[in-house]
Amino acid sequence: MSAVRQDVVALRRSAPAISPARRLTNALMGGLISLGTLLVVAPLILIFYYLLTTGLQALSPEFFTQTPAPLGETGGGLKNAIIGSITMLSMASVIGILVGVAGGIFLSEYPKHPLMPTIRMLSDVLAGIPAIVMGLVVYGLLVLRFGFSGMAGAIALGFLMIPIVVRTTEETLKLVPRATREAGLALGLPRWKVILQIVLPAAAGGIVTGIMLALARVAGEAAPLLFTAFGNNTVTTNLTEPMSALPVEIFKLATSAYETDRQLAQAASLVLILLILITSLLARYFSSPRKYRAK
Amino acid sequence: MSQATKRPPGRGLSSRSDDVFRTVIIGLSLVIALIFILSIYQLATVSWPTLSTFGLDFYTGRTWDPVNDVYGAFSMIIGTLVTSLIALAISVPLAIASALFIAEYSPKWLAGPVGYLIELLAAVPSVVYGLWALVVIAPKLAEWQLTYFTDPAKLETYSACQELWLQGTSSFQCFFVPSAADGRGLALATLILTVMILPYTASVARDVINLVPRDQREAMYALGATKWEVISKAVLPYARAGIMGGVLLALGRALGETLAVAMVIGDSQAPLTSLWQNFSTMASVIANQFGDAQQELHRSSVLALGLTLFFMSVIVNVLARIVIKRLTPEGIK
Repeated sequence: MSAVRQDVVALRRSAPAISPARRLTNALMGGLISLGTLLVVAPLILIFYYLLTTGLQALSPEFFTQTPAPLGETGGGLKNAIIGSITMLSMASVIGILVGVAGGIFLSEYPKHPLMPTIRMLSDVLAGIPAIVMGLVVYGLLVLRFGFSGMAGAIALGFLMIPIVVRTTEETLKLVPRATREAGLALGLPRWKVILQIVLPAAAGGIVTGIMLALARVAGEAAPLLFTAFGNNTVTTNLTEPMSALPVEIFKLATSAYETDRQLAQAASLVLILLILITSLLARYFSSPRKYRAK
Repeated sequence: MSQATKRPPGRGLSSRSDDVFRTVIIGLSLVIALIFILSIYQLATVSWPTLSTFGLDFYTGRTWDPVNDVYGAFSMIIGTLVTSLIALAISVPLAIASALFIAEYSPKWLAGPVGYLIELLAAVPSVVYGLWALVVIAPKLAEWQLTYFTDPAKLETYSACQELWLQGTSSFQCFFVPSAADGRGLALATLILTVMILPYTASVARDVINLVPRDQREAMYALGATKWEVISKAVLPYARAGIMGGVLLALGRALGETLAVAMVIGDSQAPLTSLWQNFSTMASVIANQFGDAQQELHRSSVLALGLTLFFMSVIVNVLARIVIKRLTPEGIK
């Protein structure tokens, strides 16, 4: 036995043993923490189980090709809501991306501008405004003057997207090394070209992630649409008319007394959650680190 | 004039195009400020009739009566606070436990998937939580609540409590006795809110715990501490402020959470006498009543709730940012 090993053995013997009480507390807390984690994950698994067992049954081709059946009758689908959701989300993305990316560029590329701290603060605050309150604001701004419309709904959703896009755009732009910008400026490129043609492409992955996350977040929102887009039982892509959306229909159908309505709500929930899941998985895919792509 | 101070050719042009670009960017960024200002202006002007009619009584009044056009928001403010605070009290320890599990206990291969599952909780739409609570949980609760009407001994407790409730009061024991057997109500709303805000605290707590330097842990282990002692004495105190920020973010979410709560809470403005009774929160009243509000004052009162909710969430979120920011520089205390 080497001398060092003997020393270690001696040291172990002389060290006070961990008392049974401390050992017990340690084991107990470890158990509680694992149990707590299980409790946190359990609802998600239960919800997915519920939607898969009930929603799949109710899912049929009619779900995608028909509009809701008249009250109390069986059958029917939610084509109106699917088309409505896609239309409003596209329009909302235009607003969210335009203002959100511009805001992110402003916060990251013009840090010395006197307005910068105010815009950053307001963007953070907007991120915390409840969606239903945003619905009320757009109601006051647009619906009181022009009536319910898909446009009003899209604007409410767009407003909710902005702070998420601003934040992720700013964070990704800041990850682009200073040297990249300086190299561009040193070549005599104007600042706007450096930003649009060098910095933005380098950060594209992160920005797309932010946009996808924002989309996934607002795609499930019904609260801001209740008093703006309102809902519509016919299929329309006209943004000046009232429009339906999947979450709005789920809200209306879930509180209905008819069993068939509830089945439709379950199918709609399954479709909605799968769409959101795919979007957020795509977001993760885009955010995975990749090297610069040469133009 | 020497050659060196002359602007190179083209510089003038690019500086002008830079100005244009900057103006466009700033103009679009100002939309963010515009949204904020318009929100306050809109909500304030439309809720003015209510605020000028009732003044502070709007916040202290206990009657919300559209028939007689009297509006006091006291009970829904209580509803918002009770549901949010109880949900927070239950969810925070669970969220911290899950954050500790991911950061300290779990093997590497498990940490990623568990973290992703917890983040997915935030991606489930509010209406889907509401549907699940209504279809799956409410019937189970109702089954248990029904025993208060079928079991003679429990029925006696219920009858005794009902006498108190009819007078608009309650006792500590009666507060936990169900008042009806339909499953919906304050307790179910709180439960669903608990689940919904879990991911917000959990993800912030996980990030902050991951930021705690390794040295901090190793120093504690070197002193012969057990894993739990390291966590409770070296890791959690260090991550305290960051976790607090996450808790405040979750509180902001809870205050404004609308549809899941509106679907299960029962929309009643009766006085609070039982944890299981039908009740309402500010957000649930907006969702349930705004569409039907015909009188101007009713509409205006609902919007005044929106204005109040707006300011509450602004305050909570600003506090959260301050707390998180105070932590960021060195990550200490």
